[in-house]
Amino acid sequence: MQSTESLFENIRKDFPILQRTVRDNKKLVYLDNASTTQKPNQVIDSITDYYQNHNANIHRAVYALAEEATEAYEATRDKIANFINIQNRQEIIFVRGTTEAINLVAYAWGRPHISEGDIVVTTEYEHHSNIVPWQLVTQEKRAKLEYIRMDDNGELILDDLDKYLATGKVKLVTFSLMSNVLGTITNAEAIIEKCKAAGVLTLIDGAQAVPHMKVDIEKLGCDFFAFSGHKMLGPTGIGVLWVRKSVLETMVPFHGGGDMIREVHKYETTWNDLPYKFEAGTPNIADVVGLGSAIDYLTKIGMDNIREHEIELTKYAMEKLSEVKGLHIYGTKDMSKRGGVISFNFADVHPHDVAQIIDEEGIAVRSGHHCAQVLMERLNVAATSRASFYIYNTKEDIDILVNSLKIVARVFKL
Amino acid sequence: MSGNADIYHEMIVDYSRNPINYGEIENHDVTFHDSNPLCGDSIDIDMKIDDNKVTDIKFHGKGCAICMACSSVLTEITKGKTLDEARAIEKNDVLSELGLEHLQAVRIKCALLSLKVLKSALYTYIGKNLEDASDVDKLKEEAANLY
Repeated sequence: MQSTESLFENIRKDFPILQRTVRDNKKLVYLDNASTTQKPNQVIDSITDYYQNHNANIHRAVYALAEEATEAYEATRDKIANFINIQNRQEIIFVRGTTEAINLVAYAWGRPHISEGDIVVTTEYEHHSNIVPWQLVTQEKRAKLEYIRMDDNGELILDDLDKYLATGKVKLVTFSLMSNVLGTITNAEAIIEKCKAAGVLTLIDGAQAVPHMKVDIEKLGCDFFAFSGHKMLGPTGIGVLWVRKSVLETMVPFHGGGDMIREVHKYETTWNDLPYKFEAGTPNIADVVGLGSAIDYLTKIGMDNIREHEIELTKYAMEKLSEVKGLHIYGTKDMSKRGGVISFNFADVHPHDVAQIIDEEGIAVRSGHHCAQVLMERLNVAATSRASFYIYNTKEDIDILVNSLKIVARVFKL
Repeated sequence: MSGNADIYHEMIVDYSRNPINYGEIENHDVTFHDSNPLCGDSIDIDMKIDDNKVTDIKFHGKGCAICMACSSVLTEITKGKTLDEARAIEKNDVLSELGLEHLQAVRIKCALLSLKVLKSALYTYIGKNLEDASDVDKLKEEAANLY
């Protein structure tokens, strides 16, 4: 077997964008992977190949191209089933991304099932996409939205969950498997066990977890699971919603239109089989094909190897960044509970100023509230800088980041 | 260091560390708050207005160095001006003071947030206190379209 180190050394050459320079001829140090990842040639080529050789609409015509396009589209559904261990491919719905997936659940499951006085529980470290859809549906239904609080270590206080479950009013507990700001890996097993005992459904936002670690839906035992293609080497505009069949059968359609129907008459319609009932209109076929290639690529490297590589990088980055005077890192230092995401603030310098100064050195980090204003409020900051890693990042990238902070310190006379 | 990071010259850094006119006015005649949804910069402006003249102005809030420096300069420019003169302040009056005329598009909202708040505060005051409020709408639109 190839050693993990040599495995990751060869990865960079698959990513054309990593060969370019930015600003003043600087090497691109791309550290915004929690936001979106770069794409390897294998993914880019599969999309080109689809348009050059197989493009046709799916599930309709009988000619050769349509058959090839349908096969390529449906093949990704099977790849997803294998990738995150889903037993029934009918439970896999293609959507635009995690945001659309959660909105679909809020609309198609939430509106028929949530009534006045019911409670939806989320957490303080959610992305806006796992807060706002629930605000909309709970406000409409006069239900309540409650939060599992976070401790100073960036971990959830699960006693809060017990408190809400004890009311008997909770309909759904929804949480991310990994925080996009702190990198905290949620103790999903504990949450799901409690919810199952109380007969409450669970939704997992897997956008940050699926690209970076082995995820096993069967083992998790949740009821809804969402993730995005573009954060795992795939194209933008494609994501996945998985729903347990017994739950999916209780949901109303999200969008009406072509492909989601069995028979349409003037005043009534019957629905297509699962999952097509939830895939109205011509889907994003080319990007589904691209997502399939991304899964192939990740599978070849091995999700456990990816997790190991990122632990190594994150550990190194935490060590180096801790040596920078005045730099504060948020969240836990326990690597078993943390993914490759590091949010920090540097003395009193605003994250936008940090990001702009180090951008001149070719470094791409995110600055701002990271679509997690509830968490920013909890941390009592307006914004943070965030470095997040992926398979193509190296210790050299981290050295460049740490060195660039010296320029920030000089400019701001720290 | 070169290019876009050149904006971090002495004056910007100094203003961000020691902003001018920072604080609140207890018995203000008008106050307004706004924020930038993308970056979370958040600014309040309080004004004391006597005889159609801005006799005192203070700002407070959170923001990057660009936002803080521009808020300092803007409040300094506005203090002592009549309402008509204050309304006439343009973005370049602020940007040129700090050598930020060529600020990249993504940061312009940091620089101009306080001007947007000032214009909004002015139309709020004019709308409430003056009989001739005919062009309040124009001012409102101007504030909304600043960046």
